[in-house]
Amino acid sequence: MYKLLLCVRYLRTKYIALASIISVMLGVATMIVVNSVMAGFTTEMRDRLHNFLSDIVIESRSMSGVEDANRQMATVTEVAGQYIQAMTPTIEIPGMVTFTDPYSGESYTSPVQIQGIDPEGKSKVGPLQDYLDSYNPIVEDGVVQREALRSREEPISWELTEQAREHRELVKHREALFLRDLTTDIQTATPESKSAAPDFDAEQPETSTATSDEQQAKKTTPGIIEDDFMTDPQVAANEPEVRTGPLSARIFLGEGLVSFQAQNPETGKLQKIMMVEPGDDVILSTVTAGRPPEPVRISATVVDSFRSGMNEYDTSIVLMNINELQKSRGMQIDNSITSIHIKLKNYDDAPKAIAALQRAFPPGQVTIRTWEEKQSLLLSAVEVETAILNVLLFLIITVAGFGILAIFYMIVVEKTRDIGILKSLGASSNGVMSIFLSYGLGLGIVGSTAGVVIGLLFVRYINQIEDGLSWLTGRKVFDEKIYYFFEIPTSVSPFMVAAVAMGAISIAVLASILPARRAARLHPVRALRFE
Amino acid sequence: MAETLKMTTPLISAEAITKSYFKGEHKIPVLQGAGLKAHRGEFISVIGQSGSGKSTLLHVMGLLDSPDVGEVLLDGNRIDNLNQKARDQLRNHVFGFIFQFYHLLPELSLLENVMTPLMIRHSILGYWKHRKEIRDSAMQIIQQVGLEHRIKHRPSELSGGEMQRGAIARALVGRPEILLADEPTGNLDASTGSGIMDLLKSLNENQQLTIVMVTHDESIAAQAHRTVRLAHGRIQTVAREDAA
Repeated sequence: MYKLLLCVRYLRTKYIALASIISVMLGVATMIVVNSVMAGFTTEMRDRLHNFLSDIVIESRSMSGVEDANRQMATVTEVAGQYIQAMTPTIEIPGMVTFTDPYSGESYTSPVQIQGIDPEGKSKVGPLQDYLDSYNPIVEDGVVQREALRSREEPISWELTEQAREHRELVKHREALFLRDLTTDIQTATPESKSAAPDFDAEQPETSTATSDEQQAKKTTPGIIEDDFMTDPQVAANEPEVRTGPLSARIFLGEGLVSFQAQNPETGKLQKIMMVEPGDDVILSTVTAGRPPEPVRISATVVDSFRSGMNEYDTSIVLMNINELQKSRGMQIDNSITSIHIKLKNYDDAPKAIAALQRAFPPGQVTIRTWEEKQSLLLSAVEVETAILNVLLFLIITVAGFGILAIFYMIVVEKTRDIGILKSLGASSNGVMSIFLSYGLGLGIVGSTAGVVIGLLFVRYINQIEDGLSWLTGRKVFDEKIYYFFEIPTSVSPFMVAAVAMGAISIAVLASILPARRAARLHPVRALRFE
Repeated sequence: MAETLKMTTPLISAEAITKSYFKGEHKIPVLQGAGLKAHRGEFISVIGQSGSGKSTLLHVMGLLDSPDVGEVLLDGNRIDNLNQKARDQLRNHVFGFIFQFYHLLPELSLLENVMTPLMIRHSILGYWKHRKEIRDSAMQIIQQVGLEHRIKHRPSELSGGEMQRGAIARALVGRPEILLADEPTGNLDASTGSGIMDLLKSLNENQQLTIVMVTHDESIAAQAHRTVRLAHGRIQTVAREDAA
């Protein structure tokens, strides 16, 4: 009983020991925060990666693909159907996209990964609607800037939205008139010399400059932006037949490919400027499936914008209607495809499914991998980072342990005479030792508990804390443009919290062993005489 | 009468105690064949110069230290060669110690200090079961030494005399048979010291408490029944005997 009493009294009165409690507390809190944030990142990243990649992907080694998609899919169903929830055929090949920036008139070409898909099939193996602009509202700083253009009930197709069609009409008319104007100028420039060479030195109107009579004849047509070209009666009379229907090749275009961030001069905020919108046309360049491949150019209409939130996809993906891609590449004859995306009923069946599939397909013809294997580089990097951080932080707590050891040693030295007294009263050596061991345990428990509370509070309010820090330092601490997420993702695992707390308590107890042993071994008489 | 007293077995007896200390390479002999006997109810004082080894003799008798040569007997039974646990038990049940510098535990109140030997005696469960008796025993002895109005105070709030009386209360709460006192008045002024001596004498008379007291002060030593002198590591003279 004297042990308990003394232990409690020491905890309450020895303020220097609080210094060692603080180090335990900070170590525990830090570990909890760091582990929660890393787990949050990992979970979010895995979710996003997994959402975009299917559970299992069968890919042909050759860009020419494998023949007879239906037979291939039948084979898959035959050997692994019991594991499979959905699958869809795709054609995945590298290529380039060329588009024109309407502001500068410049033409840009970027490398892309062209994925020919069947949208309905693709949405069964992964969330496609979540990534398409027309199905989602545009939200900035929590404020809805534009509602979703399509409802979630509407099945995904290659049809343009109302807005896209209007935009396309406008653009096509403008282009047609510009072209017609160009040729008219050439024709009317020198009527005597029709056969003469066109006068290219004459100024060509680049924008819709209006003459005074044209201004008077302005009429506004609902739905179309006031445009002097359109309202010029002279022009209207000569309006040619404009084909505004979308091209047969349709694509969902990765947003990052055709947008950039510019600072709004009025608000100073960064906003996204889109150079290509749904309704516009772009040119895809790729190669045919021939042996050897031949270059092929595909003009395609942009149906929608693709935004997954993962930078590497948004700046490289072009989803295209698979039939058109087949035709362009000459794959339609054999109904060839390059890959099959599979969604499993239960992801734990992956190894079995893959084993079954590998037996069914000729080795060397295809690779069969899970999404984790495909992204192993990124995933293992995150894992390694987490492991290293944990080691480092645990080392820090161990350092805290040495602090406890030193402080305890000092306390034992200070208490030498008291220990002598206790022994003279009949206290056993083990009893004296257990006073200090329980003191260490008590300190560890107090420090751990405080650390857990502080750590969990920090995690709970981490975004507010980040806001505060950003305000304090004047710099954005967590920039969503650098990281993938808008809010710091966290994921608290009770097991992790318990493990960290236990670890810290163990270190505190271990640290108190040496001083406790010294206390136990003190010779009563020498202890009593200690100055 | 005196002969009868001498014939009974002494309560505690130290025989031919030899003890040396080592200071680095040097061996410093402190006790060289010292012996002391105390009968039940006796109040003995041991007098000697500083460094004469009188404290050491006390420590050996109370099993705080072990002799190099010699024996300590309790009621005729040898106790200096017992194992650690038995020695701890004896120190808790049989012996009571008081020292020159009181040595109360600073973190505990006076009452808690006095209860400490009983807390050592019982486990946590045992303490909980007997807590009333333990507290009552402590209060009783505290009243005997006249400190009942100071029980909640910390040692730092007590005077020298009060602390020594508290230490005496602590030494006696477990009802030991022998009180070993090492210079109990050494740090107190004359009047406080004489108050302590009065207390010791009354405890000795009223409760038959055997007291072996070490001091360098002749006038303090004279207040015991019997005085022995320790010099050159040996008990040299028997100063006087109390008339029967």
